[in-house]
Amino acid sequence: MEAVQTLPLPADWRDFFALTKPRVMTLVIFTGLCGLLAAPVHVDAVLGFTAILCIAIGAGGAGALNQWLEADIDAGMRRTKGRPLPAGKMAPATARDFGIGLSVASVLIMGLAIGLLAAGILALSIVYYAVIYTIWLKPRTPQNIVIGGAAGAFPPLIGWVAATGDISLMPVLLFTIIFMWTPPHFWALALFVQSDYAKVGIPMLPVVAGEAATRRQILAYAIVLLPISVLPWWIGGAGAVYGACAALFSGIFLALSARVGLRQRTGPDDTMKPEKQLFAWSVIYLFALFGALVVDRWITLLG
Amino acid sequence: MPDPIEPEAPKFNSPEWLAQRDKVIRQRNVAVALVLVFFVVLFFAITIVKMKH
Repeated sequence: MEAVQTLPLPADWRDFFALTKPRVMTLVIFTGLCGLLAAPVHVDAVLGFTAILCIAIGAGGAGALNQWLEADIDAGMRRTKGRPLPAGKMAPATARDFGIGLSVASVLIMGLAIGLLAAGILALSIVYYAVIYTIWLKPRTPQNIVIGGAAGAFPPLIGWVAATGDISLMPVLLFTIIFMWTPPHFWALALFVQSDYAKVGIPMLPVVAGEAATRRQILAYAIVLLPISVLPWWIGGAGAVYGACAALFSGIFLALSARVGLRQRTGPDDTMKPEKQLFAWSVIYLFALFGALVVDRWITLLG
Repeated sequence: MPDPIEPEAPKFNSPEWLAQRDKVIRQRNVAVALVLVFFVVLFFAITIVKMKH
């Protein structure tokens, strides 16, 4: 009887929107758009918009499937327990159907309106995130973020392929930049929300290998990221403006990573300020770096 | 830290519950209608662009 009296209201549109992980989608849309705009071809505005829309819908679908698959894990973490499924605002099957619907629609529209190669890579990225990362890697290996990071690296590649119709070294480099950026970005976060991941049994690197190993790996990835971020300029795929920005931004990233990599937690009262600063800069870094790539392209076009 | 106390939900089938339910369903219908209209416009735009090419 009590169960009937507390029957929840139907999920409203905001709950469906929350399933798509809108904050993650912002970064996906931005990097996808930059890949599209940085490509050395003219893209029709309607088709360009459609390509980015498909990337966004696909990311939303993958996010919904991720939340459906991880509802029990999300319920155990302070950061995620308010999501629609653990909060009991929606039936799991509804989230699953919503995720599958968005994913299929995004690939179909991309294939029909833009091209089969872009649609194929979009489908691969959705399967990679929802199946390979969420189901297979995340609960099994502390390297989950490293290999799973490829899922987040697909958008600029898809954007570029949507514009040009083929794959070249430049979009592969853009993919590699995000791939190398992902581990220090997430491990910096994992260092200061470590207890939450440990509670739900996710083998994040700080939980399994310890803080010292995580800090060393953050620094190692930042060291590798610096030359890779400058490579688009080195191979002639981007101009000097991008090259200078990449060197500067990656230099700051490396300096902040070095602060994290070369220190130890001072005690239980440690505010973890360097880790929080690195995480904040890592978000700004990606927006700034890809923004510089587009600005550089426009300068080249105007010049 | 304890969770903040959530406002008490209206009882099932009470007038308040039914009113809230109708409001949520109405909002969902409007959202779906807007999405459908958007996609109709988008498909027309894509068709026109493809015909030009």
